[in-house]
Amino acid sequence: MTMLTHLTLAGMRAQLRARTIAARELTMAHLAAMQKHRALNAFITETPEAALAEADAADAKLAKGNGGALTGIPLAIKDLFCTDGVRTTAGSKILENFVPPYESTVSANLKRDGAIFVGKTNLDEFAMGSSNMTSAYGPVRNPWTRRGDNAAVLVPGGSSGGSAAAVAARLVPGATATDTGGSIRQPAAFTGIVGIKPTYGRCSRWGIVAFASSLDQAGPMARTVEDAAILLTSMSGHDPKDSTSAPLPVPDFAADLEKPLAGLRVGVPKEYQLEGTPPEITASWEQGVAWLKDAGCSIHSISLPHTKYALPTYYIVAPAEASSNLARYDGVRFGLRVPGEDLDDLYANTRAEGFGAEVRRRILIGTYVLSAGYYDAYYLKAQKVRARILADFTEAFRSVDVVLTPATPGAAFAQGEKMDDPVTMYLNDVFTVTANLAGLPGVSVPAGLDSQGLPLGLQLIGKPFDEVTMLRAARALERAADFRALPALGA
Amino acid sequence: MALDTDTVRRIADLARIRVADDQLAPMAVELNGIMRWIEQLNEVDTEGVAPMTGVADFALPMRDDMVTDGGAPDKVLSNAPERAGAFFAVPKVVE
Repeated sequence: MTMLTHLTLAGMRAQLRARTIAARELTMAHLAAMQKHRALNAFITETPEAALAEADAADAKLAKGNGGALTGIPLAIKDLFCTDGVRTTAGSKILENFVPPYESTVSANLKRDGAIFVGKTNLDEFAMGSSNMTSAYGPVRNPWTRRGDNAAVLVPGGSSGGSAAAVAARLVPGATATDTGGSIRQPAAFTGIVGIKPTYGRCSRWGIVAFASSLDQAGPMARTVEDAAILLTSMSGHDPKDSTSAPLPVPDFAADLEKPLAGLRVGVPKEYQLEGTPPEITASWEQGVAWLKDAGCSIHSISLPHTKYALPTYYIVAPAEASSNLARYDGVRFGLRVPGEDLDDLYANTRAEGFGAEVRRRILIGTYVLSAGYYDAYYLKAQKVRARILADFTEAFRSVDVVLTPATPGAAFAQGEKMDDPVTMYLNDVFTVTANLAGLPGVSVPAGLDSQGLPLGLQLIGKPFDEVTMLRAARALERAADFRALPALGA
Repeated sequence: MALDTDTVRRIADLARIRVADDQLAPMAVELNGIMRWIEQLNEVDTEGVAPMTGVADFALPMRDDMVTDGGAPDKVLSNAPERAGAFFAVPKVVE
């Protein structure tokens, strides 16, 4: 049974279609793994009964030979995607009892293709965090531990930390995630898996609890580039219910992964060589450059001069949009209500008690930078700097096809570290946040282990809507890295 | 442009989040730490740069102005903390 959970998603699909395994058997193996590893706290809600019923339906379809792209594949859904009839908390106390009467477009697309949902994964509250420490449902534990140090409990990164831990620990072969500043790619790097943030507009945002609407984008997490590409193909597509959803055809992202890379131009941005970057991160990056060179790519030094301004820009734009998006949690139509003397009192009590410290902090910053007298100095200024960051990439992509960078400035850290000062935590997203501001696709690929035995990731950033090229390069990195290490905890 | 406790109180009121009086000063210190870090944006020359609201490079789609959904009051009210018949209930607003 245990070995079933170690198959790739593509391998599971082949065996389901060949009828050498049954969907019920596969689902049960994963449900057992979830139960055994509850200490990871990867799931907020488990749905075993529904999953088994769906597995039986999948077996019936597979027996007739008319399964879809994902029929019988167990998946986990980040608890930010609304799921019809299944509690959706966004990691917040304010949505503790919220049961959506509708299904998000992305999860509906996965269901359409036959996926089986085993549960909803833990996350930083409203996806605001890089460690999973802000979840109202307790922190997620990274299944990886430092070599020779089982005492320190490491974070899986965030905000999609529950999805990352579940995939890395072999509790599921794949999961949905979302990325506003690095929330797919950073936890993927911290847990030794693959995470794709597609181009803004590739996946519909409809039915995903909104954080910062101009930055939020859904994407998959899986253990191989091919598996993640299979999931992305299913999740993507134009949706009239999201006006920012791109009216473009969706390629089969898994089709051309093995095509040779000869002639591909890879950009290496000099501004990503930050002062204080650990030597192991620089070495991993240089290794990535060598791998792509060996695969036939040409390497080009490029300049993205406004890189250092990306994070401060993000910490105006994202809180501003969040303060507006989270205005809906008022204790009237859904969610927690804390009574007050009058309606204003009810609002203020509900939001003080329902939101955690990081969410309150970001709403206050967002309210401040949008308020009269400060709007031009902060919000308008940030929007202009954002335009310059995008212009940097537009210029760079005239001479290169993909950009290679480290995924994170370090490996996974311990629970409780980097908690003293919000800005220290924010710096985790220094390499990933630019792709959100510029709306570009990015992917994190496991590149190896550091001296403590923890995974490090490499990031590729692609041209808008050219995930196909980016993923081919990611596959080349994966092939060269040949990452086979397993976490200390897991099925 | 340092935030003082009065400013924190004002933005907390605007955001409809209760912040206890003894929390105003620590919150001001925290927010000032973040805002000081953000001030580095003033180094960037943005003269003549148009502000960017989003990256979607597509014209906003238009559709006919007609009802496409509705008639599901029970679904709409299914998560209401308090309801009165087919309505959301709130404390009395008008005397």
